[in-house]
Amino acid sequence: MKVKLFKALAFAMVSASVFGIVSTSALAEKSGGIMKFYHRGTPPSGSIHEEATSSTVVPYMSVFNNLVMFDQAKPVNSAETIVPDLAKSWAWGGDKTKVTFSLRKGVKFHDGKPFTAKDVVCTWNLILGKSKAKLRKNPRKSWYKNLASVEANGDYEVTFNLKRRQPAFLMLLASGYSPVYPCHVPPKKMRTKPIGTGPFKFVSLKQNEHVKFTKNKNYWKKGRPLLDGHEWTIIKSRSTRVLGFIAGKFDMSFAGDISIPIYKDLIKQAPHAICEKHATNVSTNLIVNQFKPPFDNAKIRKAMVLTIDRASFNKILGHGEFIMSGAMLPPPHGVWGMPPEVLKTVAGYNPDVAANRAEAQKLMKSLGYGPDNRLKVKVATRNIAIYRDPAVLLIDHLKEIFIDAELDTVETSNWHAKVARKDYQVGLNLTGIGVDDPDAMFYENYACGSQRNYTGYCKEEMMELFEKQSMMDNGPERMKLVYEIDKKLQEDAARPIIANNVRYNCFQPYVKNFKTQTNSLYNGWRFEDIYLDK
Amino acid sequence: MYSYLIQRFLLMFLTLLGMSIIIFVLLRLVPGNIVDIMFDSAGFVDPAEKATIEKELGLDLPIYQQYYHWIAGLVSFDLGYSFVSEMPAIDEIGPRIPITAKLAGLSLFFSILFGLPLGVISAVKQNTALDYILRVFSLSGLSLPSFWLALLILMACVSYTGSIPIYTEAPETLWDELLLYLLPSAAVGFRASALIMRLTRSSMLEVMRQDYIRTAMSKGASDNAINYKHALRNAVLPVTTIIGIEAAFLIGGLIITETVFNIPGVAHFLVEAILMRDYPIVQSLVMFIAIIVVVINFLTDLAYAALDPRIKYSD
Repeated sequence: MKVKLFKALAFAMVSASVFGIVSTSALAEKSGGIMKFYHRGTPPSGSIHEEATSSTVVPYMSVFNNLVMFDQAKPVNSAETIVPDLAKSWAWGGDKTKVTFSLRKGVKFHDGKPFTAKDVVCTWNLILGKSKAKLRKNPRKSWYKNLASVEANGDYEVTFNLKRRQPAFLMLLASGYSPVYPCHVPPKKMRTKPIGTGPFKFVSLKQNEHVKFTKNKNYWKKGRPLLDGHEWTIIKSRSTRVLGFIAGKFDMSFAGDISIPIYKDLIKQAPHAICEKHATNVSTNLIVNQFKPPFDNAKIRKAMVLTIDRASFNKILGHGEFIMSGAMLPPPHGVWGMPPEVLKTVAGYNPDVAANRAEAQKLMKSLGYGPDNRLKVKVATRNIAIYRDPAVLLIDHLKEIFIDAELDTVETSNWHAKVARKDYQVGLNLTGIGVDDPDAMFYENYACGSQRNYTGYCKEEMMELFEKQSMMDNGPERMKLVYEIDKKLQEDAARPIIANNVRYNCFQPYVKNFKTQTNSLYNGWRFEDIYLDK
Repeated sequence: MYSYLIQRFLLMFLTLLGMSIIIFVLLRLVPGNIVDIMFDSAGFVDPAEKATIEKELGLDLPIYQQYYHWIAGLVSFDLGYSFVSEMPAIDEIGPRIPITAKLAGLSLFFSILFGLPLGVISAVKQNTALDYILRVFSLSGLSLPSFWLALLILMACVSYTGSIPIYTEAPETLWDELLLYLLPSAAVGFRASALIMRLTRSSMLEVMRQDYIRTAMSKGASDNAINYKHALRNAVLPVTTIIGIEAAFLIGGLIITETVFNIPGVAHFLVEAILMRDYPIVQSLVMFIAIIVVVINFLTDLAYAALDPRIKYSD
């Protein structure tokens, strides 16, 4: 009897523990609930392919799927964190001059139409300008300069043919900026009522009011998404939106919205909030118009590079938390940036500011400038604090090398038009990059003819180097070449980087399964795994 | 009377026509171009793509043709499409007007509710402690910027109640709506009530010194009858003018308050549209505001006759 009782008890205990584990894991993820965000302003449109702003990609990324994407649970995007999305698998061919994707079957767009290889072909033909339908704006054309064509091999296989080998091509496809659009929906509709295959369907956008998304109940990934939807209240006043987060009106702050001083204030008032510090891969940089004398002279540009005291920028504006870097973001936040020992060998990065400035003054004197013959310039920048504040510091640093600069604030919406017209002498700009890969960075910002190459920097020898690194497989050789290129870009004053910005992403403690990505603001917003443990 | 009304109507029409030209021309004189602004979110400007969009939006047409299209549309209640959202402008503007109207109405209601009686009390109790307190109160209303007051209200709410009275969802009941608009309208109405109070006070003091008030006093009329029947009736005329002007200019105060309390009204929307150079929205909205101002002025003139029987309208 005792034995029987013991066996029954043991069985009950084992069962309880097994079921306990099972039920615990089942309970670990909770379905339901609408996640509330605030948004800093009305997204310009819902068409990710036409925009280059987090205002669009952050809320709308969950409407779409890519062929491949960056693992949403990993903070650092890299070739190693690329995972399948609409493509089940991929295979390189022709010495990495073509990549063939095997596509998922049974995937449907939100309007019920099936997803096939044709949609992939249409999407990239739209970007390449090969289709009848046209995008109004095409900011990522420069990413796909090496893409010759996209071919469908039946309904569920597609091949991207490249002009030359480009092993990092997948990085571009993994970005939040590379969603697959439906062939049957015209670009205009994609701007106002976008349709994708993603975990959430677009519901509505009201200017200055809200953007709403609801769960795609027919999502191809079983059991996902966990949320019933996500909603974004548009709040232009930063004080109001941060107070709203503190008061618990919102579950998460907007990407990159919490600066270091705001974080310090916020955490005092909402100590329960979880705030993840992250690099944004948005750099503050100096742009010098190389077409306008006297800035067509390389010596003067070099002197400007040498006078920048990055440590003081960091201390004053970054509270010591900004990241010192060249164009590429260094580890641990990024992958390709120069390590400190290399960085300090770059002109202007030597911590001995006095020595740098002495050299800069010599260069200026050799051009005829000095205490009695000062150069008068205007430093143009957007009329918003994150641009204006560093511009004021820059003006102070320029004084050290006989340049008297005056701040020229430009209404924010006119900024890119002014820069594109090259209607400036010296400017202070912020540059964000969609993918932490040299191909994206160099071709978008430093290549001859690129629309986003604001300074017009163009050197044949650099183009050759860009191409050389682009053809290399990831590894120490490519890394070494990227450091070399980055160093040269900084010393050439192509777009000298002052600092790489750091921000905080804050969310309420009941928001689970979310990881802030550290080397891009644009790739980690699929939201399909997030749940609210309220 | 009728010929006066016809004259006023004609003048209103001419005023509005002139305003339409001013609005249209001024908007195009402001530096910046909607297409450049549209490209801003893409981080570049492509001249070829820019030209295509300008054509699509009708911005390549001569300016007089653009004006004609706008006015022709306005007459037929077709306001065109928002350049930004690509939605009909009427759908963008329409739902926001009642929101701002309610907020403005409530603000005006508060400002009259407090401004008028407090002004009378302040005048009647001239140079007493109460008068001094009320004058300090009114001075603070005039000197505190409404955005600062609005932010202060929000911060106090978060600190003391843990909640924030901002607009995130459309209110479902009348009570919710009242609660939502109460604090913003108080923030806006505070300034207007201070102005009304000061004007009522000075106007009352002036009237109280008149002979007929003395006569009423000597005839043994009660204080209430003297203050409210004889004095206030005459003192309220200049106050009515100010209330009319304040009603028209409330929109200025509402821009900031709508932004801080995140109320999706027409005032905040107008500023956004101006920044974006969203011509169809700005033109239609400013025109709408112009119509409101002109109509309010007209109604204020008519109100004079109702308030003061001595005023007669003639040719």
